[in-house]
Amino acid sequence: MNDFREFLLFERSRQGKVGCPMPALDVPEVELESSLPEMTRAELDVFPEISEVEVVRHFTRLSQWNFGIDQGMYPLGSCTMKHNPRINEAMAALAGLANAHPLAEDSQVQGCLGVIHELQSYLCEITGLPYCSTQPAAGAHGEFTGILLIKALLDKRGSKRSIVIVPDSAHGTNPATASLCGFDVKEVKSDKHGRVDMEHLASMVNDQTAGMMITNPNTLGIFETNIAEIAEILHAKGALLYMDGANMNALVGKTRPGDMGVDVIHLNLHKTFSTPHGGGGPGSGPICCTEELAPFLPTPRVTKDGNDIYAWSNDFPDSIGKVHGWYGQFGVLVRALTWILTLGKEGLVRHTEHAVLNNNYLRKMLAPHFDIPYPAETLHETVFTDKRQQAHGVSTMDIAKSLLDYGFHPPTVYFPLVVPGALMVEPTETESRGELNRFARALMDISNRAASDPQSVTSAPHTTQIQRADETIAARQPILRWQPKTS
Amino acid sequence: MYPSEYRYTKDHEWINIEGNFAIVGITDHAQNQLGDIVFVELPEGGSTFTIGDEFGTVESVKAVAEIFMPITGEIDSINEALEENPELVNERPHDDGWMVRIRYSDPSELEDLMDHEAYEAYVEEESK
Repeated sequence: MNDFREFLLFERSRQGKVGCPMPALDVPEVELESSLPEMTRAELDVFPEISEVEVVRHFTRLSQWNFGIDQGMYPLGSCTMKHNPRINEAMAALAGLANAHPLAEDSQVQGCLGVIHELQSYLCEITGLPYCSTQPAAGAHGEFTGILLIKALLDKRGSKRSIVIVPDSAHGTNPATASLCGFDVKEVKSDKHGRVDMEHLASMVNDQTAGMMITNPNTLGIFETNIAEIAEILHAKGALLYMDGANMNALVGKTRPGDMGVDVIHLNLHKTFSTPHGGGGPGSGPICCTEELAPFLPTPRVTKDGNDIYAWSNDFPDSIGKVHGWYGQFGVLVRALTWILTLGKEGLVRHTEHAVLNNNYLRKMLAPHFDIPYPAETLHETVFTDKRQQAHGVSTMDIAKSLLDYGFHPPTVYFPLVVPGALMVEPTETESRGELNRFARALMDISNRAASDPQSVTSAPHTTQIQRADETIAARQPILRWQPKTS
Repeated sequence: MYPSEYRYTKDHEWINIEGNFAIVGITDHAQNQLGDIVFVELPEGGSTFTIGDEFGTVESVKAVAEIFMPITGEIDSINEALEENPELVNERPHDDGWMVRIRYSDPSELEDLMDHEAYEAYVEEESK
């Protein structure tokens, strides 16, 4: 009987065991402590002594107990866990791209520069904004870069505006970004439909407003139908509109942020553009912006001359400078470009439609069983709550844990903060109807059991390696590293 | 449940006046909504805030929530015990789980706050 108890490598250590035996020294031995006294680790003796096969088995087992998009549906709302097509990997592995040296002369890496330039032009076309930087390494990094552009423009104008407005349903990174860039954050309320409260917004915007950060569709999956008016209100007072493009997968090919009046947006290549995500690879958060903001974009920028020759250029005196080394996350850029080229215009539109259709199919099936706090139509994701199950003492956390027993990764829980007990489900276009049915049946079964046998849900999961970790103790008294027993 | 001598805000802070000082914490309803609290971030003594300003954050296993000043004033002292024992906010939100002691200036600001009955009704209405 395997009890699945997995010991740490440190706990497996036995004195004298070795993974790779070294040949005997054929040079005189040097005492390490005497030749490099300050650079020797005193605690080296606690490093595990262990054989190769034990290390291999340890990590293989851990990888098998992990759950990823390659194993099953991962409906983590707002995170857009879609399939990572294998052709993306094949292209990123092409020797000319994978082995290019970041310090190579421009003339030797025309292909790499071409990839960046071409991807940027597609991202501009998709967002309806004329300029792009692919330097930022993740969504929040893109936010940071975008808000720095706004700050640089305001500085150039000699304007000392200090306030950035953020909706109460925003991703936590939005207020964090504004704060990191030196702005004060003011929160605008949602109205009863789950959209920005227009009266509240109009009353807040004044000559101190630097800009607003908005996610569209917002974190409730609801399209901000007043987006053009929001842009007008801001622009009339000399403020700018930043769009968090985390949910851009609901819009690609259908409508463009540039046409809505957005001044700068970040895109998550690791969400919308199908590159690996969640431990599977680095992210990438390019930004696209208006001509007005373009002088401040990070350098170096890829330029293309009349003879189709690409080059890095630092000749942008107003630039905010570098936000990432070298080419940005170049391997991710290759994957995103591959995705765009594989699908083409029609394919991109179809994917957007399927993401929205899949969500609404699930919503329709689950609506009789789960509370939906905002009745407005949703695009790519829906926020449910545990309101009905709470009557039986079953919470969102219990429902999420119970889903593990059905082989699904749980949805995002307790976010957005405007919805108590939120369960945020985003199936993406990846899932087939059969898989959506299976997922919906699992949730319906959990809901039924919440009424008939609530204890079976509140004690879930029953089939996993670890049942419920004590998150409270973990947060209050975290054990951050293994320590040798002092006996 | 909610002490009758306290006043309450719509953001679920309570405030208790003791002479020239006001003691502030979050309500039982607030701690209940947040779940197990694992960290409380409070300002330094001596810092000054205007009514409605965010003066700290409460982090639970579920979420991070801001806490707002129910009155304008200067932070006289903070509840140091919360650094080691944030669970005090869960266990005794209305006394041992207090957060800051404020030297306030304008008692008229208290007039807009709810008494315990109005707050209880407000919580009931909000959770419908």
